[in-house]
Amino acid sequence: MLILFIISSLSISALDTPNDAGGSVTLKFSYPFPFISGEIMRREEGKEFERMVAVSPSDTYWIDNSVEDGVKYYYQVVLTTEEGVVASEPASVISSPQWFHKGRTTMLIVVLVVCGLILFFIRQAKGGKGLYIRQIAGLEAVDEAVGRATELGRPVMFIAGIMDIDDLQTIAGITILRRVAKKAAEYESQILMPTSRSLVMTAAQETVKEAYYDAGRPDIFNPNNIFYLTDDQFGFAAGCDGIMMREKPGAIFLMGSFYAESLILAETGHSVGAIQIAGTAMPSQLPFFVTACDYTLIGEEFFAASAYLSKDPLQLGSLKGQDWGKAMFLALIVVGTVLATFGFTIIKDILMVQ
Amino acid sequence: MKRQIPLIITFIVGIVMVVQYFIPRQPFAGLFDTFNRWFLIIAVFALLLGLMNLVRLHANKLRRRNKGWGYSVVLLGGLVATIFTGAKWGIGTGTPFNYIFVNIQQPMGATMFALLAFFIASASFRAFRARNIDATLLLVAAIIVMLGRVPIGNILWNKLPLIADWIMTYPNTAGQRAIMIGIALGTVSYSLRVILGIERTYLGGE
Repeated sequence: MLILFIISSLSISALDTPNDAGGSVTLKFSYPFPFISGEIMRREEGKEFERMVAVSPSDTYWIDNSVEDGVKYYYQVVLTTEEGVVASEPASVISSPQWFHKGRTTMLIVVLVVCGLILFFIRQAKGGKGLYIRQIAGLEAVDEAVGRATELGRPVMFIAGIMDIDDLQTIAGITILRRVAKKAAEYESQILMPTSRSLVMTAAQETVKEAYYDAGRPDIFNPNNIFYLTDDQFGFAAGCDGIMMREKPGAIFLMGSFYAESLILAETGHSVGAIQIAGTAMPSQLPFFVTACDYTLIGEEFFAASAYLSKDPLQLGSLKGQDWGKAMFLALIVVGTVLATFGFTIIKDILMVQ
Repeated sequence: MKRQIPLIITFIVGIVMVVQYFIPRQPFAGLFDTFNRWFLIIAVFALLLGLMNLVRLHANKLRRRNKGWGYSVVLLGGLVATIFTGAKWGIGTGTPFNYIFVNIQQPMGATMFALLAFFIASASFRAFRARNIDATLLLVAAIIVMLGRVPIGNILWNKLPLIADWIMTYPNTAGQRAIMIGIALGTVSYSLRVILGIERTYLGGE
């Protein structure tokens, strides 16, 4: 009688692992009674069961990553109890890869809505509609900083962070570099740019060269002023600090992805009396830059810099779309907070991404 | 063509990287890692470029006896010694390369990191001057958080750690999240501009 109860309460369910690339099956099992040892058995159609893995009473699921897609498998959990050996009814499953990750549906909708808004406003801007963009003090000060360095007869120093060219912040930094370099060329000033990555060095050399050509001063472009220092974080900080102390730049731009070296660089720059403009999307480093620099581009302002400086309507349109995206999130936060206050977590549940 | 080919590559790779996030099956599943591997391979070659640039610059500086040429001697000497010891005796424990790394490079890195403590003190001194209401609020919040995070704060008033935790958990987190939402949207917008070729300054164009 007890054995019959054990068999009836022993269950295993097998399902194709959701949202995967195939080759995987997830097994869930329950055994509401103690046992001495347990095993998961598997067999293919027309073959014998083989032992796959041992299970303990605390195990409730197991993922089999050794299956072939399109093949039917049968699984069984076999337990050895004090009353004897019992086995569950076999459960069958066929593994297959999925075309869409269902856990990321909300993310897809958000991406489509935000991108749709941005594209809509880019289209509007193409149509000639005037777009307002608020003044960003840090970007207004770019020309002033370069001008001041020139007046002092000192070089301009530009640091594009410590990450490689695959980091979006580095690319954003290089777009600002072009504007700074063009202004420096117009003022016949020199720009010093130590880099922490070789690829950033080559991209920056090309950008600065183009800027000097655009300004009509290719003769004063010196590629040796854009040079590689080291990939090492604090080695790079030490190298930059040394350059700051020796060359005493009149203006320092810290634009890119920074980590613990941010304050070391910014404080040294402050100590040599340079006007400093920083921009980063690293929230943890922003307080350091706000404290030690004259102007700081905070997160989205940093990414908006190229649009702001170029005044290109297409780029400004994307900023407008971005602002509408922000308004949408603000509305979601307000509604979600109010609903959550009354115990409804629907917004939070919808926005969860796997 | 010099501009168009990179723009086409950027567009295709950008779209594929977005699509692969939503499609778990092959060939999309492994694309992210594949592209990352390709980038690493390119970066290794670029490292040689950086190394050559470094050697050329400092060799020229040394040859011309430019100001600060002594630093170039140290740099080139260090570079040659490290490469030579690593190539000749390997990089395992007990090798000269490892000795250089553990006894020279690591302590120098740690020294730079340690400087941060002094820089934080000097930066805080400037930031916490009560020049206006905003700076005063910053000062008061900072004092409460600093005192709340050390044992003496609890001795002075046992509610200080609770207030410090409240400041960090609510106003601070709210502020940080607001910035992060802005950054996320800025990233999406900027990425879209790069993918669509609207933003092409990084290629050397306007």
